[in-house]
Amino acid sequence: MIPLAAVLAVPLAAAFLLALIADYRITARINVAASLVAFAGSLVFLFHRPAPGPLFLIDDLNIVFIVLNTFVGFTTSVFSAGYIGHELETGKLTPGYLRFYHTMFQIMLFGMNLALVAANIGLMWVAVELATLSTVMMVGIYRTHEAIEAAWKYFILGSVGIALALFGTILVYLAARPVIGEGSGGMIWTDLLAHAKNFDPALLDTAFVFLLLGYGTKVGLVPMHAWLPDAHAEGPTPISAVLSGLLLNVALYALLRFKILLAACPGAIAPGPLMIALGLVSTLLAALMLYRRRDIKRLFAYSSIEQMGIIVFAFGMAGPLGNLAGLLQMTMHSLTKSAIFFSVGHVAQVKGTQRMAEMGGLTESHPLLGWTLVAGVVAIAGLPPFGIFTSEFLIVSSSFSRAPILATLLVLGLLVAFGALLLRLGSLAFGPVRGPVVPVRASSVPIFAHLALVLLAGLWLPPPLVAWFRHAALLLG
Amino acid sequence: MGLGTMGLGFDIAHMLAGFMVLASFLLLYQDRLTALINVLRLHGFILALAVAWQAHIQAAPALYVSAVIALSVKALVIPGALDRIVDRLGIHRNVETVGGIGPTMLAGMALVALSLRVMLPITAHADPVSRQDIALALSVVLIGLLIMVTRRNAVGQVAGFLSLENGIDLAAAGARGMPLVVELSVAFSVLIAFIVIGIFLFRIRERFDTVDLSALEAFRGERQ
Repeated sequence: MIPLAAVLAVPLAAAFLLALIADYRITARINVAASLVAFAGSLVFLFHRPAPGPLFLIDDLNIVFIVLNTFVGFTTSVFSAGYIGHELETGKLTPGYLRFYHTMFQIMLFGMNLALVAANIGLMWVAVELATLSTVMMVGIYRTHEAIEAAWKYFILGSVGIALALFGTILVYLAARPVIGEGSGGMIWTDLLAHAKNFDPALLDTAFVFLLLGYGTKVGLVPMHAWLPDAHAEGPTPISAVLSGLLLNVALYALLRFKILLAACPGAIAPGPLMIALGLVSTLLAALMLYRRRDIKRLFAYSSIEQMGIIVFAFGMAGPLGNLAGLLQMTMHSLTKSAIFFSVGHVAQVKGTQRMAEMGGLTESHPLLGWTLVAGVVAIAGLPPFGIFTSEFLIVSSSFSRAPILATLLVLGLLVAFGALLLRLGSLAFGPVRGPVVPVRASSVPIFAHLALVLLAGLWLPPPLVAWFRHAALLLG
Repeated sequence: MGLGTMGLGFDIAHMLAGFMVLASFLLLYQDRLTALINVLRLHGFILALAVAWQAHIQAAPALYVSAVIALSVKALVIPGALDRIVDRLGIHRNVETVGGIGPTMLAGMALVALSLRVMLPITAHADPVSRQDIALALSVVLIGLLIMVTRRNAVGQVAGFLSLENGIDLAAAGARGMPLVVELSVAFSVLIAFIVIGIFLFRIRERFDTVDLSALEAFRGERQ
């Protein structure tokens, strides 16, 4: 129970504590400390798992998500501590708002962790909604026109998505009731999965359509993606990092759970083709939209849509290799994209703008920052020696043998995105220096930690990690 | 519940769910904010009745709690608060809608037909009360979505969203034996959501002097 308490109770307690303390230097430290405790707790799960109960469940699949979630949560809290100091100096945020910000940060982590460990599909839904609402509040925190518009759009689209997901959840319960009986048994993963073969397939099909649209909105799949670029661009950068790196994964996790359920019911439709279609459309459209971005945070937000498309495509192709590649791609994307947003946050603070036309020659003016951004973009574009190259290679090669046309379309999307990212990188990192050149004072340690892990994964995947991912991939069927 | 009482119990449940769809149609064509909120109040009230009736025919006392929550939150507190917001912002004027009333109503009818067409065949093996409830609840959800897309006003969109939530509550109540924890949290989340909505309405007002979302859209997308 102790690791569970570290992952759930600590963020919740920290949220209450942070609401009470006014000094932002202290609250930033408490924020980091609480996130570190949660990360340590999640590591304990690797060695010792609590027995599955009616409320909480730790298995091979969600443990990957939990460790990743708490790790990026921790590094983001470190980045955020440096970031907010600058926001306070420039007067973009006031100490009162920071108190609110830190409280919401921990509530968001609590919501995401709860969604990942929940054994009950109703509880999981509540947790996803909690995480969504806390991020809505943070996206609107600057109170500019754009921030309010982004938060409103995110709130409306997110709520509708979440409402559709609840409808799907109720339908799953209806499908389970004749088999499992009334009561909470019909909402618990382990019970659902054990009896899924006797469920009414038609009801389960309809449920999945609602769940795919509902949670798919939160994953950022085209055409339900409209909230994503605005929310990333107008909120504080640490929130952009956790949105891309974590919240999208949590929604994806929910989707994967229901996919497993559907696969266990022989008469139900195959969820794969639906996911492949949405994934491909997301990848291709987002890759094309990358070319017309002028705002640096929007650029990487569209890149997140493209990446989530690839990941959903991989899980849709399924099979041991497809699932393994999907999990690897998801992990690499979380680490890389949050590292990129950390660099982008520093860049935007130095330049005082997010417009790419007003920044340039970063490798010359800020060598450290510039080169980390180069490394991050090279990694996300899928070039060796970084880990995304490995996972994208796995996805493409495993799908080529089974569906050459689909794989070709995916490669097309990858190449289009690759071109757009490198084009932008050219003017951002090299070329004439544009914009202010004040030095960066915030720490770059979180960026290095993430990029080092991504580089390591590209060069050498430790066998225990591969075995671990393989177990999770098997669960996914 | 014995099968003998099935007939009347079923008819009343069916009728109440049907009234909710009707109230959704009323919401669909309201063009004044005060009237819109009044219909929303009616919507919440019918929901409370429908849930209470489900509690009775399912002999599920826990659902009475849900009915009380629906009555207090969705029929009293939220519409009351919306009224106050409209009062304070002084926006009693007409609501601008996208598209005329005729096409919108036709679209609403098509959505009801669609949800009956989708839900009735696939729930053929479920018990008849949940079956009707789910099909009509889906109609309420879809009309709620339609209300949201046909309003250009933030309060109008909120009304659409709340009626959508009511539809989901109806579905949850119709699903026999569904654990109460879910309904409680649904009610809870609506409350939280409403707080968020309230804050945003005031922020939008503060920034734009209007809750008309077309004013907001001038700021969408990338700044040049």
